[in-house]
Amino acid sequence: MRLPLSWLKQYVDVDLPAQDLAHRLTMAGIEVGEIEVIGGWKEVFVGQVTDVRPHPNADRLRLCVVTTGAEEMEVVCGAPNVAAGQKICFAKVGANIYNTHTQRQETLEAATIRGVESQGMICSAVELGLGDDHSGIIELPDDAPTGTLLDDYLGDTVLDLELTPNRLDCLSVLGVAHEVAALTGKKVREPEVSYEESGTPIADQIKISVADPDLCRRYTASLLRGVSIGPSPQWLQDRLTSAGLRPINNVVDVTNFVMLEYNQPLHSFDLDLIKDATVIVRRAKPGEKLITLDGEERKLSADNLVIADANDPIGLGGVMGGANSEISVATVNVLLESATFDGPNNRETAQSMELRTEATLRFEKGLRPELAPIALRRATQLIQEVAGGTIAPGIVDVVSGEGIDAPVVPLTSAKIKRMLGMAVGMKQVKETLDGLGFTWEAAGRDELKVTVPYWRNDVNIEEDLVEEVVRTIGYDSVPTTMLSSPIPFQQPVAIMGLRDQVKDLLAAAGIQEVINYPLVTLQQLEQVESLDRASLPLRVANPMSSDREYLRPTLRASLLANLESNQGHGAGPFRMFEAGRTFWPREGDLPEERETVAGVLAGLRHEPSWLEDESLVDFFDAKGVVEWLLARLGVASTYEPADDPAFHPGRCAHIKFGDALLGIVGEVHPAVMARLGLEQPQVAAFELYLDPVLAALPRSQRQFEPLPVFPSATRDLALTMPADVPAGRVSQLIMRHRGVDRAELFDIYTGDNLAKGTKSLAFHVYFQARDRTLTNEEVNKSVDGLLRSLERELNVTLRNA
Amino acid sequence: MTEPSAQPPTAEGIDEITRSASAELDTLADLEAVDQWRVSYLGRRGALTTVLRGLATLEVEERRTVGALANKAKTTLEEKLEERVRQINEANLMRSASEDRLDVTLPGRPPLSGRLHPTTKIVREICDAFVAMGFGVVEGPEVEWDHYNFEMLNIPKGHPARDMWNTLWVDYEDPKGDSAMLLRTHTSPMQARVMESREPPIRVVVPGKCYRYEATDATHEWHFYQVEGLAVGEGITFADLKGTLYEFARRMFGEDRKIRFRCDYFPFVEPGVDMSIDCFACEGNGDGCRICRDSGWIEIMGAGMIHPKVLEGVGYDPEKYTGFAFGMGPERIAMLKYGIDDIRHFYSNDLRFLRQF
Repeated sequence: MRLPLSWLKQYVDVDLPAQDLAHRLTMAGIEVGEIEVIGGWKEVFVGQVTDVRPHPNADRLRLCVVTTGAEEMEVVCGAPNVAAGQKICFAKVGANIYNTHTQRQETLEAATIRGVESQGMICSAVELGLGDDHSGIIELPDDAPTGTLLDDYLGDTVLDLELTPNRLDCLSVLGVAHEVAALTGKKVREPEVSYEESGTPIADQIKISVADPDLCRRYTASLLRGVSIGPSPQWLQDRLTSAGLRPINNVVDVTNFVMLEYNQPLHSFDLDLIKDATVIVRRAKPGEKLITLDGEERKLSADNLVIADANDPIGLGGVMGGANSEISVATVNVLLESATFDGPNNRETAQSMELRTEATLRFEKGLRPELAPIALRRATQLIQEVAGGTIAPGIVDVVSGEGIDAPVVPLTSAKIKRMLGMAVGMKQVKETLDGLGFTWEAAGRDELKVTVPYWRNDVNIEEDLVEEVVRTIGYDSVPTTMLSSPIPFQQPVAIMGLRDQVKDLLAAAGIQEVINYPLVTLQQLEQVESLDRASLPLRVANPMSSDREYLRPTLRASLLANLESNQGHGAGPFRMFEAGRTFWPREGDLPEERETVAGVLAGLRHEPSWLEDESLVDFFDAKGVVEWLLARLGVASTYEPADDPAFHPGRCAHIKFGDALLGIVGEVHPAVMARLGLEQPQVAAFELYLDPVLAALPRSQRQFEPLPVFPSATRDLALTMPADVPAGRVSQLIMRHRGVDRAELFDIYTGDNLAKGTKSLAFHVYFQARDRTLTNEEVNKSVDGLLRSLERELNVTLRNA
Repeated sequence: MTEPSAQPPTAEGIDEITRSASAELDTLADLEAVDQWRVSYLGRRGALTTVLRGLATLEVEERRTVGALANKAKTTLEEKLEERVRQINEANLMRSASEDRLDVTLPGRPPLSGRLHPTTKIVREICDAFVAMGFGVVEGPEVEWDHYNFEMLNIPKGHPARDMWNTLWVDYEDPKGDSAMLLRTHTSPMQARVMESREPPIRVVVPGKCYRYEATDATHEWHFYQVEGLAVGEGITFADLKGTLYEFARRMFGEDRKIRFRCDYFPFVEPGVDMSIDCFACEGNGDGCRICRDSGWIEIMGAGMIHPKVLEGVGYDPEKYTGFAFGMGPERIAMLKYGIDDIRHFYSNDLRFLRQF
C-alpha cells in the first residue's frame, strides 16, 4: 500500500521525520518497506509563461518568457504544448533534475541553444521524475501559486507499507492515521460529513432486498440525481495517482478515493439502467452470466453472490461491477452502494475467476459492518461536491440477523501477566487502548470490557488485546527470563540418529553430501528404474515447471544428474552422497517417507597427485564403502548378485542382512550412463534403505571382548576351484570353521598354470584359541578339516596338492 | 691383541686388558670392527674370558680378590661395548638421515575428503543450541494434510492469510473428499502433531524441508529448510520466549549479540513477533553494511505465543497451558554466517560450492 504523507497529514499531525515514523510503524507491525521521496528538485518553481516567440534559428524551438513573480527570464523550449499564460514547472540554473540526454540526475546549468542563451528549463514529467510523459511540458492548474518552490507545491514522501494479512485497517489512510496517532500521542481528525438532502426519499425510489443475508451482512445505498459525469478535479486525481490508482471519472474516482480513505469498497450504478428500480442481493442462478467492467463474460454459479435488478445480475457483489449498469458520460442518476460482503465467499469467487481487485483485497479479510454507512455518507457528500446533483433523503440500510454490534472483548491484568511474564499497570493499559481508538468500561478493579473500533477487524480475543498493549508499549519493556519448568525427558528418534551417523561416516569416508529437490520428472525416473505405469509416484497437482512434478521414489536420478553436471569441472574424484526421503504412495493415507542414503563414485580413485596413479573407481570402491559403513554400524552384511535396470547386469549386488534387503551396490549400467551423458568407463553407486538397516542394528550395546592372551597361528592357503564358485562363499566357509579367527583374501589368480575353467584364491588364515597356544598338530588338524569341508561343499581343493 | 695365556691372572694383568681394550674400542667406528673387538676380549676365547678361566689356578683368597676385579672388568667392558654400539648406531642414523633428504616442499599425499552439506551443518548447529536448553529434536512428514499444515494452525479454508504460503498441492483424490494433500509449506504442522501425541511439558525443535510455490531468485528458493521450535507447559510466558531466543542468538552469533522484537503476524501465534539480532558484521552500526543493509539489525526468525485456538485444537486447556513457538530458515542463517549471496547455490550441488564448507 502506497501512503503519501501529505494525505496522511490531512487526518493526523506528523512531526516526526519520515524515517522515524517508518521505524515506529515497523516496530508496531506495520512494516514500511521503502520510503520514496517525490521532489528534492531545489531550484524549481511554479512559473508562468508570459510570452512565446519563435526561435530565430530553429523551427521547432521557441523562446519563452517565464516569470516567477520575483524575476523574469528567457528560456528555449521545444515542447509543442507550451503557450502563453500557462502555469508551468520552471527549473532555474542549479535545479536538481533528470537529464534525458545523459540519463542521469544532474544540476541544471545555463546553456546556449542554437545561438540563444536559455536561463532555465520548462519541465516535463520525466525531468521531475513524476511520470513517463516526455511529449510535452507539465501544465499546472491556473490557481498554482507563482513563485512557490515546486518542492513545497508538488513534493511529497510516500511510505510503501508491506502489510500482513491481518492488518486490513492499514490498507486505508485513516487506518494508518489511527495507528500513527496511537504511536505518537496525537489525535485523529476524521472527515466531517454533512450534506443537504432533497426530493423524494430514497426508500420511495428504489426497492432493495437481500435474499442471501449469510453472504451480505449489511447493504447500504444512497441515491443522487442530476450529476454531471466528467473528469475529477486535480486534487482528487492526484490523490488516486499518488496511491497508484488510475483516475476514471468523477463519480468512480470518489468511490475509489473513499475506499483508500476508509477501506470500504463502494460501487456506483447508473440508476436508469437498473430494471424496475429493484436491487436484489442474491446468489447467482445456475447458467446466469455477467459481463464485468473489464469486458469479460463471467459464467456464474450459486457460489457467486450477485447484485441483480428485477431480471439480471448487474454486478458481481464485492468483486466487480457489471458493464450493463456502468457509469458513463450519459449517466445522470447514480445509485451508490456500500455493503458488507462475506469474506470467505468473496475470496472464493475472486480466486475462482482469477479476478482479485482492490475491493476483494478488502472484502476477503472481513470488513466491519459499522463501516458501510460511514463510508457511504462520505462518498455521497464528495460526489455531490465534484459532480453536482441532489441527494435523495435517507439511505437504504439492510442488516442481516447477525446484527452490526461491535465486538466487546474482556481484558484482565492477570491475563496480561500470564501471557507476557510481566505486569502492566491498568492505567497504562487504558491509555494505550484509548490511543488506539478502543473504548472500554471497567468491570471490577482489574478487568476491562473493551469495545473494538469499527476500523479494526483483527481484534477478537483477549490475547489480541494483549498484543495491542505490548506492541504499542514496545517489546523491549518485556523482561528476559529462562524457562523455569523441569526439562522434559527427550527420547531420541532412532532413525534420525542412524541417518546422522551414516552421514558422518560417509563424509569421513571422503564422500561429499549433496541435497537435491525431491521433485523429478517421469523421464528421469524411467532412465534409472523400471516404472510401473499402473502405480506411478505421487504427482504435484500444480507443478511450477514440468521438471519438478513427481515425488521421487529413489535418490538415483538426481544423484546421477549431479554427477553429470559436475563432471564438466575436472576429472574427479567425484564422490557424492545424499541422505533424503523417498516417497511411496499409500492408499488413503499420506505417502510413506523412507529415509534413504545413496552415493555415487566416479572418476579418479585418488585425489590427483604426483604420488598416486590415475586408477579409476569401480565396483569395489563402492562396495568397500558399504562394507566399511555397515561394519562400523555393527551390521554383518552379505552380498548377492542382483539384477536392477540401473546397474551393470554382471556388476551389481544386493546388500543383505539375513533375508532383509538393506540396499544395492554396483556399477551403473553402460546404457544408463550413455543416456545420462556420464563419462566412461564406469560409475559406481550404492543405495541403503535405512529402515531395514535400523532393524539390523545390534539390539544391545556393543560389549567389550577380551583381547587374546595366546598367540595365533597363520597358514597361507592357495585354493583352486571352479571359476564360478563365489569368493564370498569360500570366505564364509573358512570363517565359520572351528578354530579360525579370521581370514584375509590376498590373491586371486586365473591363467596359464591353472586348468581351464578354474581359478585360485589365496588366503591368510588365522587360527586362535582363547585358552591356550595352539600346537602345530592342532592347527594342522584344523586345516585338514577345513580343506575337507571346502572340497565337500564347494569343490575347492588345495592348489598343487 | 693379547694371546691366551697360561699365566695365572693378576690384578695388573686385568687392569692392563681393561685399559687397552677400552682404548681400542674408542677408536672403532663400525659395527663389524666392534664385533671383532667383542670376540677378542669378551668372546669364548677372548682375553678377559681367558683370564676368568685362569682364576681356577689361584688360591682361594686371591681368587676372590682377582675374581671380583675380573668380573668388574667384564661388566665395565660390556657396558662400554653397549655404549659404543649405541653411539655408532646413532652416528649411522644421523648420516643416513642426512643423505635421505626429501624435497619437503612437494605436495603431500592427499586423503579423500568429504564434507557435510552446509545446510546440514547449520541445522545441526541450530538444534544443538536448543538441545543445550533442554529441547528434543523430532521430525515430521514432508507431505502433509491441509489439516495439519493450515487448519490446525488457525488458518481455515478461505482465510486470507493462506496467501502467505503459496502451496504445492499433491494430486490426490481423498475417498472421503475432505482432506487435501500438499507439500508442507512450513515445519509448523509438527506443532499440532507433537502436541497431539504428548502431554505438556513439551520442548522440541523440528528441522526439515519445506516447499512453496514460489519463483526462485537470489533470496527465494521453492525448496528450503526450516527449524521450528515449540515449548508448552504451565506458566510459560513471552519473557521466557525472549530469554530462550536470546540465548540462542548469543550461541549462534556471539556472546555480545543484542536482540530486538517487532510485531509481526502469523495466524498460529498471538502475540506474534519477528526477532532481529544486531548486525554481527558491523556491530549494529549499519553504515554502508551489506549484511544488514544499513539498518544495523538482521531479521532472524518469526515467533510468538501459541494461539489459544491452536491449543484448543489439540485438546489442551489454554487457561491451564501456555506456550511459545518460533521458526527460522537455516539457509538464511548460513548465508549470513558464510556471506553467501545467492540461496540458489545451496541445492544446485556444484561441488565447487559445497567443498567450501
